[in-house]
Amino acid sequence: MSGFARPALCVFPAGVHLRLFAVPLLLAFALAAFAAEPQRPFPSRSGSDFTSADIRALQADDFANPGMLWITRGEKLWQEPAGDSRLSCASCHGDAKSSMRGVATRYPLIDPATARLINLEGRILQCRERRQQATALTYESDDLLALTALVAMQSRGMPVGVTIDWQNRRNFEAGRAMYSRRVGQMNLACAHCHEANWGKRVGAEIISQGHGNAYPLYRLEWQTLGSLQRRFRSCLSGVRAEMLPYGAPDYHDLELYLAWRANGLPVETPGVRR
Amino acid sequence: MNVRVQLPRTAKHGEVIEVRIAIQHPMETGFRYDQMGKPISKNVINSLVCRYNGVEIFRAEMGSGISANPFLQFYTMADASGALEFFWGDDAGDQGSERALITVAG
Repeated sequence: MSGFARPALCVFPAGVHLRLFAVPLLLAFALAAFAAEPQRPFPSRSGSDFTSADIRALQADDFANPGMLWITRGEKLWQEPAGDSRLSCASCHGDAKSSMRGVATRYPLIDPATARLINLEGRILQCRERRQQATALTYESDDLLALTALVAMQSRGMPVGVTIDWQNRRNFEAGRAMYSRRVGQMNLACAHCHEANWGKRVGAEIISQGHGNAYPLYRLEWQTLGSLQRRFRSCLSGVRAEMLPYGAPDYHDLELYLAWRANGLPVETPGVRR
Repeated sequence: MNVRVQLPRTAKHGEVIEVRIAIQHPMETGFRYDQMGKPISKNVINSLVCRYNGVEIFRAEMGSGISANPFLQFYTMADASGALEFFWGDDAGDQGSERALITVAG
């Protein structure tokens, strides 16, 4: 045996050596910088992609979709005068089909009057309180879900499109921090499932990317329509963490981060999930 | 009670038509307990009847095995213009009804 072949690197002049090391080093720096930037899952896939064919068919059928019962209710409520003002939603906004088109894709947004982040439910509650001067609706009540779903459905098929600017940057960062903060006895963050392990199975379920583009949606487990905040609460309960009350500002921040993450995905309200 | 009914507005005489009805209802099974540990009493839509111009064409008797917001679909033959009327009632004594019109040509 003539012995080992000499390593090829040794025949190059010293300069090449350096360059060979420098390239991966620069790449590592570049990756580190990239990791610090907020990331979206790639490719972005809606939650319906992770459900079974029969559930997708149920969502696609505008009659069989159980969420449509709330839409029917919402259409009635839209026309009904409420509160001391005796104004209905339609008194100011007219036909929801045209006036509410595309509205849901921009929420949550900064409310100019209070300079705070507000979600779609919050806007409906605010309108009801200030303009209609009616009794407040509670979160997850059939009426609030019906109105939210009706408004959100007018954007069906349109891409989610929130912009992050100087006004909502702090909320966005807070939501993003919440997304990757470990919580609860299971010590898990949202990102552990929905960022690092989407597409894999947990029990019988396939983990989705955790987008909010189909809310309020009908979950077969709940046997009713539910808001995105209800989903947050059931995730928090799942990792055995403390559930914040409905309408908590932290949830709004998280909603904003999720909306940014889902940018470009079509609105599917009312969605159907297991 | 919130309800949705779907059937074709017009049909030819003798045509088989699809009738669909969805009712918003919790369909409480009676097996659940509230947060204080008290049993929640059973409350399901126990019967639903559909009459076509007064003639009963469909009847369903439902129990605790039917999911919330029941969705029923059946077929019938369009033989005359008129109304399909639905009547149903639940264990709590709430009654509901809905009617849908159909025009039969030929």
